Amino acid sequence: MAFLKEYISDVYRAVASLLKGMKTTGSYFIRPKEIITQQYPDNRAQMKLPERFRGEVVMAHDDNNEHACTGCTACELACPNATIKIVTKFDTTPEGKKKKALDTFVYHLELCTMCNLCVEACPTSAIKMAQTFEHSVYDRNQLLKKLNKPGSKIRAGVE
Amino acid sequence: MFSLEHITNSIQQWLYSTFSPTMALILECAIVMLLVIGLFATLGLVLVLMERKVAARMQIRLGPNRVGPKGILQTTADTLKLMMKEGLTPNGADKFLFNLAPFIVMIAAMLILAPIAFAKGFQIWDINIGVLYVSAVSSVSVIGILMAGWASNNKYSLLGAMRSGAQIVSYELSAGLSIISIVVLSGSLQISEIVASQQTGWWLFRGHIPAIISFVIFIIAVTAETNRAPFDLAEAESELTAGFHTEYSGMKFALLFLAEYINIFIVCAIGATLFLGGWMPLHIGNWEGFNHTMDYVPSSVWFMGKTFFLIFLIMWFRWTFPRLRIDQLLSLEWKYLLPISMFNLLLITLIAIMGWHF
Repeated sequence: MAFLKEYISDVYRAVASLLKGMKTTGSYFIRPKEIITQQYPDNRAQMKLPERFRGEVVMAHDDNNEHACTGCTACELACPNATIKIVTKFDTTPEGKKKKALDTFVYHLELCTMCNLCVEACPTSAIKMAQTFEHSVYDRNQLLKKLNKPGSKIRAGVE
Repeated sequence: MFSLEHITNSIQQWLYSTFSPTMALILECAIVMLLVIGLFATLGLVLVLMERKVAARMQIRLGPNRVGPKGILQTTADTLKLMMKEGLTPNGADKFLFNLAPFIVMIAAMLILAPIAFAKGFQIWDINIGVLYVSAVSSVSVIGILMAGWASNNKYSLLGAMRSGAQIVSYELSAGLSIISIVVLSGSLQISEIVASQQTGWWLFRGHIPAIISFVIFIIAVTAETNRAPFDLAEAESELTAGFHTEYSGMKFALLFLAEYINIFIVCAIGATLFLGGWMPLHIGNWEGFNHTMDYVPSSVWFMGKTFFLIFLIMWFRWTFPRLRIDQLLSLEWKYLLPISMFNLLLITLIAIMGWHF
């Protein structure tokens, strides 16, 4: 008898769990407003990207064309596939001391896997991930980017 | 009132008054053939589109929406593409069997269409063993599938075909038993009489809980018989690339693909005939007014509505349930469905003998 009881309860639980699944898909079927597909080229203007979407690495510049990069190369070391190359130079402070500073932030977009490790490694939050994603070009050289704008310098007070 | 019976009767009278009886019979055969092929082509287009749309809605997607308004021309474009593709025959294949297999599958599907009543008096061939004929002919298609798998000379195809054989042979038992339970209730194998016996109410409602159980078992068994997910082990795209039709391309692939959808339509049509009253409108007991209103809906609309409801149910299964392994598949049939349907048949026989149904 115990066998029969187990058998019937097996069938009952199987049917109940299958009906639960059908309830979920059925409820999606009757609610077309839940559809999450975005018809991309048509809705370019009002497209909604998730907050965590990562498109490319950019360096934030303020109005005075100043950035927060000290040239410490922490991002270069963190990068798993050598996407970032930091070229440094030595600035002379007003006191006559020499100080290491960023010359060029070279970023190979064609090698980048958008893993976000460089952004997490940055001690001064100089770089961040942007949400732009239309990166296709006809020549791969156009994907080699210099992230610091020409003539920019480090913001005062950032060490 | 719109009725297909009047149209067919007037065509028949005109044919027999214009031509000699032999000639009229040949012409009738030709018309039926054209209608069947037309029905198959339309069903292929409509069902594939319906499947893709239903799948999209259940997965919170949009589905095809670029070709034509709301994407309704998508399957037409796909068919045109398949027609223009090269029908390749592999070098190592058994060429005769390889080219024959899609046609066997298709012809088996066409043959089952014969006894199905599409509307009141709109039936190709009302034989007195209609249900037996259907269950006998539906097992022919497994020969086509085995043929396709064997002739392809490909391990994936052979595995898929073998699985399909095991699956269809097992599940035919419980499908047959649930068909028999309705035969027991209605007391006839003839499709037109089974439909007529549901004049006062459909067997699904009149046969109490045993009828509902046998309906559920029927739906599960025919889902397995048509090789659809969650029983799509014959195709199993994650393990066997495409199962028995891995090596097929172009129009021969299209025939196998079409046959799958035609088979779904046919088994749903049979399910609708046996359990949901075929073309019979919904009648509830003695509610005269309600019954008369329901009679105004044409019988062909009733039949198609019920069939498409069952097709939707099977599509709902496909996009909800996870797949079974081959051992789970067989243990589901032999340990659960078969004992339950045998016991259920016993109950139904008791109900039929004692006259306990409504």
